[in-house]
Amino acid sequence: MNMVRSHVLISIDAGTIMAGARAVEEALVKEIASQGLAEEIAVLETGSIGITGRGVVVVVYPEGIYYAGVTPNDVPELVEEHLLKGRPLKRLMLAEAPKRYVIKREKTGLLKEQPRVVLRNSGIINPESIDEYIAAQGYEAIAKALTSMTPEEVISEVKSSGLSGRGGASFPTGLKWEFARKAPDPEKYIICNADEGEPGTFKDRLILEGDPHKLIEGMLIAGYAVGAQKGFVYIRGEYTLSTERMEKAITEAKAYGLLGAHILDSDFSFDIFIMKGAGAYVCGEETALIESLEGRRGHPRNKPPYPVTEGLWGKPTIVNNVETLANIPEIIKNGATWFKAYGTEKCPGTKVYTILGHVATPGLIETEMGTTLRDIIYEYGGGIKEGKKFKGALVGGAAGAFLGPDMLDVQMDFVNLKEYAAVLGSGAILVMNEDASIVEMLKSVLHFFKHESCGHCVPCRLGTAQLVEIVDRLAAHEGKKEDLDKLLKISKVMRDTSFCPLGQSLYLPISSALKYFKDEILSHVKQAAS
Amino acid sequence: MVPYRKRRLQEQKMIKATINNVDIEVAEGTTILEAAKKLHLNIPTLCHHPDLTPEGSCGICVVEVEGFPTLKRACMTLLEQGWKVYTNTARVRNARKEIVELIFSNHDTDCLTCIKNGKCELQDLAATLGIRTFEYPKADKKKEIDTSSVAIIRDPNKCILCGRCIQVCSKIQTVNALTLSQRGYDTVITTVFGEGMGNSVCVNCGQCTVYCPVGALYEKSQVEEVWEALNNPDKHVVVQEAPAIRATLGEEFDLEPGSLVAGKMHAALRRLKFDAVFDTNFTADLTIMEEGTEVVERIKAGKNLPVITSCSPGWIKFMETFYPHLMANVSTAKSPQQMFGPLSKTYYAELKGISKEKIVSVSIMPCTAKKFEAQRPEMKASGYQDVDFVLTTRELARMLREAGIDLKEMPDEPADDPLGEYTGAATIFGATGGVMEAALRSAYFLVTGRELENIDILPVRGMAGIKEAEVDVDGLKLKVAVAHGLGNARKLLDKVSDQLAKEGKSEYHFIEIMACPGGCVGGGGQPWGSDMARRARRGETLYEEDKSLPFRRSHENPSIKAIYEKYLGHPYSDKSHHLLHTHYYKRSPLDGKVLLEE
Amino acid sequence: MSREAILKKFEPSLDNILYILHELQDNNTQHYISKEDLKACAEYLNLPYSYVHGVATFYTMFSLKPRGQHIIRLCDSPPCHLMGSASLLDYLKKKLNIEIGETTTDSVFTLELSSCLGVCGVAPAMMINDEMFGNLTPEKVDAILEERRKSR
Repeated sequence: MNMVRSHVLISIDAGTIMAGARAVEEALVKEIASQGLAEEIAVLETGSIGITGRGVVVVVYPEGIYYAGVTPNDVPELVEEHLLKGRPLKRLMLAEAPKRYVIKREKTGLLKEQPRVVLRNSGIINPESIDEYIAAQGYEAIAKALTSMTPEEVISEVKSSGLSGRGGASFPTGLKWEFARKAPDPEKYIICNADEGEPGTFKDRLILEGDPHKLIEGMLIAGYAVGAQKGFVYIRGEYTLSTERMEKAITEAKAYGLLGAHILDSDFSFDIFIMKGAGAYVCGEETALIESLEGRRGHPRNKPPYPVTEGLWGKPTIVNNVETLANIPEIIKNGATWFKAYGTEKCPGTKVYTILGHVATPGLIETEMGTTLRDIIYEYGGGIKEGKKFKGALVGGAAGAFLGPDMLDVQMDFVNLKEYAAVLGSGAILVMNEDASIVEMLKSVLHFFKHESCGHCVPCRLGTAQLVEIVDRLAAHEGKKEDLDKLLKISKVMRDTSFCPLGQSLYLPISSALKYFKDEILSHVKQAAS
Repeated sequence: MVPYRKRRLQEQKMIKATINNVDIEVAEGTTILEAAKKLHLNIPTLCHHPDLTPEGSCGICVVEVEGFPTLKRACMTLLEQGWKVYTNTARVRNARKEIVELIFSNHDTDCLTCIKNGKCELQDLAATLGIRTFEYPKADKKKEIDTSSVAIIRDPNKCILCGRCIQVCSKIQTVNALTLSQRGYDTVITTVFGEGMGNSVCVNCGQCTVYCPVGALYEKSQVEEVWEALNNPDKHVVVQEAPAIRATLGEEFDLEPGSLVAGKMHAALRRLKFDAVFDTNFTADLTIMEEGTEVVERIKAGKNLPVITSCSPGWIKFMETFYPHLMANVSTAKSPQQMFGPLSKTYYAELKGISKEKIVSVSIMPCTAKKFEAQRPEMKASGYQDVDFVLTTRELARMLREAGIDLKEMPDEPADDPLGEYTGAATIFGATGGVMEAALRSAYFLVTGRELENIDILPVRGMAGIKEAEVDVDGLKLKVAVAHGLGNARKLLDKVSDQLAKEGKSEYHFIEIMACPGGCVGGGGQPWGSDMARRARRGETLYEEDKSLPFRRSHENPSIKAIYEKYLGHPYSDKSHHLLHTHYYKRSPLDGKVLLEE
Repeated sequence: MSREAILKKFEPSLDNILYILHELQDNNTQHYISKEDLKACAEYLNLPYSYVHGVATFYTMFSLKPRGQHIIRLCDSPPCHLMGSASLLDYLKKKLNIEIGETTTDSVFTLELSSCLGVCGVAPAMMINDEMFGNLTPEKVDAILEERRKSR
């Protein structure tokens, strides 16, 4: 970077662009120039810094001061006060100055409060610059792997890190890689699943937008480990900026010899291609994704065979979630022991969550596995908005579980939540205050599934339709007494007999809603006219 | 659709497991469904069909496997070492019933008025599982029934989206008229933009109607029209029956598959009060005379080789749509049905002194595409529509049942003259390879003037998808090939097209193509419930009849000799050309519509 | 760009079908995949017409019906639902006087529902063509639509 006195970071992600970040950026550059500060102050784009719903966010370094809700009209004042006169502009500063926004890279005593593995660079470096990624120790992990580790050693490192799939299924990543490595076919593929469609989840988007090179590095390591020559990033069609940033990153990596033939002068060659989805939630399921990538309707395949033995074009294929792959470079660089210092014994590492709904500060956070729902909502989410009471949360996306207040202090990780018949899923936490209607939420969830069912199997195609009919009736306070049983009965059969996880997973939101909020749902049953 | 791959087997390993606590040992790669069958345990299925790749769409065949959180589909789950499988637990039984009830929620359960009443696989399943109530309200919106095709009707209100029709249309026949459209609850099986089967590349082969487990796909019936003609004293109604009918009609009357009912069929038709009961087998012999002559002429001249047969109207539309560059290779000889049509209104009418317009020419066909063929605008050689009505085997069976005629109790009666006598060569037209064999028997004679000694040409018989043979005709090594099922035809014709493009000639001289797997015995109008094994059995029946007949070469048929003497002159004569030969049209591979010549 | 030029950008292989359909739709002035587009795609990829139709109808981002200049895709997923998307939908329907899936008579707006747009931090949200809008209120919707209407 240049020898400049200050860096002004402006977060450019889909959320801030909506709020007018481009106009603010333009105004900043213009104003800084017109104040004659262009030589000493650099304006840098960065990905999301994890604050959403607060308009355009700007950070001034080295002070590390955060401004939110900045508009082009604020820019002259901001530049004059802070950058020229050195007086932070209180009016726009983030009042609460939450700890999580102060990003320290070193592992200090603050570790417990802000462990960043996946989001290490997000909001700090310019995602459109490979140099910045490299300056932040980027591509060191692949270099280490290629020069000093055998593929088997890479797999063994990932295995002993205990990393498991972050897309929701939580399958041990190292084991998956080992299966694919051992598959006899020499032609193998790595697929990065960036078809993020789970309602309430946008962590993958922010990684794609904020640190695309990390993903490339993760895929390179995966490719080296299992012996693949090609990788695909399947990005959902709505993620325009993610696709652009990823394309740019791939182009740059190619120019630097980090993709293509003989990477870093080794015998390892690898290429990455982008595939754009077209609007189908079910394509987040790995075999449906493969079908879609091959150019078909996104119907899931029967398993077994699993993709690790017969995946894309019948070849051994690894399908890993964005967040999973983003963990890889850090694990290889720092070692499994370092990684295991985070999280719980059974579930090491961190998890990226999206906190949404009726919380004071919705957004994206990364915290250790094992953090309680209470900490996430009250420490990171700033508590319930407008001082209302917590009623419940839908944890893990639409296919997740409704959790009531007595679940607030349960340690959340993939393993532990299972004991409570809940899931961590994609890490979406949708918080509801006392005014929220469970039936309305359930209705929205069920409508979502009816809309997104691929239609292949009877239980899911017709089961969702019947569930929707029942929940619509309940929402209109026209429910029948037996409707509650029917909801359970249908979803149970769907869990048992649906072709893929989409239909199987509906039992969870239904059974959990009935477990924690049965009385409220019963109140939607039509009272017999008397 | 969902691809399903059997695990690649390194070596044949045996698997030990238990099903309902009974020990079983099967080869690795056996599905739970197949394994259970070995224990005489029939796990109920619905979307599954032995000829097709399991897609697992219905979920009826689920079973419980110890240690797995969800139930497994028996049709597509391979049994593994040490598994404990349970097929009738409360969880399994409950799931199956629930699934049938869900299907009912989106199926118009008008069983009493359904064409499949009594023959419906869903009905059987509901009975087997003891479904006694309709648990869920019905979808209120009726979907439009597709009547755009002259051959096939598609009723989406009855469709259960099992996917069999799509699989047979796209994988076995490679026609791809049908597709899944939309998604989720809105998913429908339809043609492109819902424009209807009649406005699509559908070749009317009717295999979808054979594989549909419910009443969602069936032939467009002309039974009423035929009843009306039979009851009209001003009409002289004649009937022809295709070779394959005699090997399949019995199935509709509780006879063993493969029962030969030629004589009973003639008797039954007489009792329906047809004025004359002829036989398509007669014109099958005639086809051999015309087509055989054409083959010989073209081989001698080396012109447009290989010659490809033209009897299968599904194949003809397929060729017009997807292989128009082979149009000149296809024999100009009409199919036996369409040779019979004009002769019934010219030769026979003149012989009998009946005016043409009084004659109603009915055909009984194993085939839905014959309905389309009869209505092709060029099929008016007699000045009228040559064949008025085409009934499938299934439709004839319905007529006979309605008339109270029990086929199996009928006496054996011959067909009427002069369009009824036939040879063994004609009867094997109904099985794959039969036309080829019949043609070779006569072609040899036409070329050499001598009779072929061994007339059983075994290499072209049987159910292999593509068959080849070489016949020595006075030093000329005649190379022939036979394909049945349009997917197999595609493979063979792609090879031929490639050879023609690269070398200017093909290794083959003569090719037989039948649209339906097994040939006409496996036709789209045949009794419900055919699978490949049954098709093979029906075919064998025809070869047995062939062996039993006094004449086994078409040119030996006395009635054939008579018609050439009295009426046509000689094969390939001008009169033959006018009545018995036809031409083809190029069609769009997108919608099957005739393309105007550029 | 002409249809042929779009097709030529891609290898004629099956796995390019979604890309091709995306581009054909993006280049269609009525923001949809026309019959001609589908036919051209089928011919270029040497696929059955019905197959291409089947694929195109599976994915919600593709439309086989002509659409307005601005396609409003209101997110109706649980997070947006919780934050009031249902009343916004009613508002949009009334304001534009169309139902879901319909286009205004002046062909300016088409109203569609979308599954999660992935911007749940600013729920309720919608997308108009390629642009996202969040923290929506009826007033904000008014302003956005007004601006769009002017920019036609």
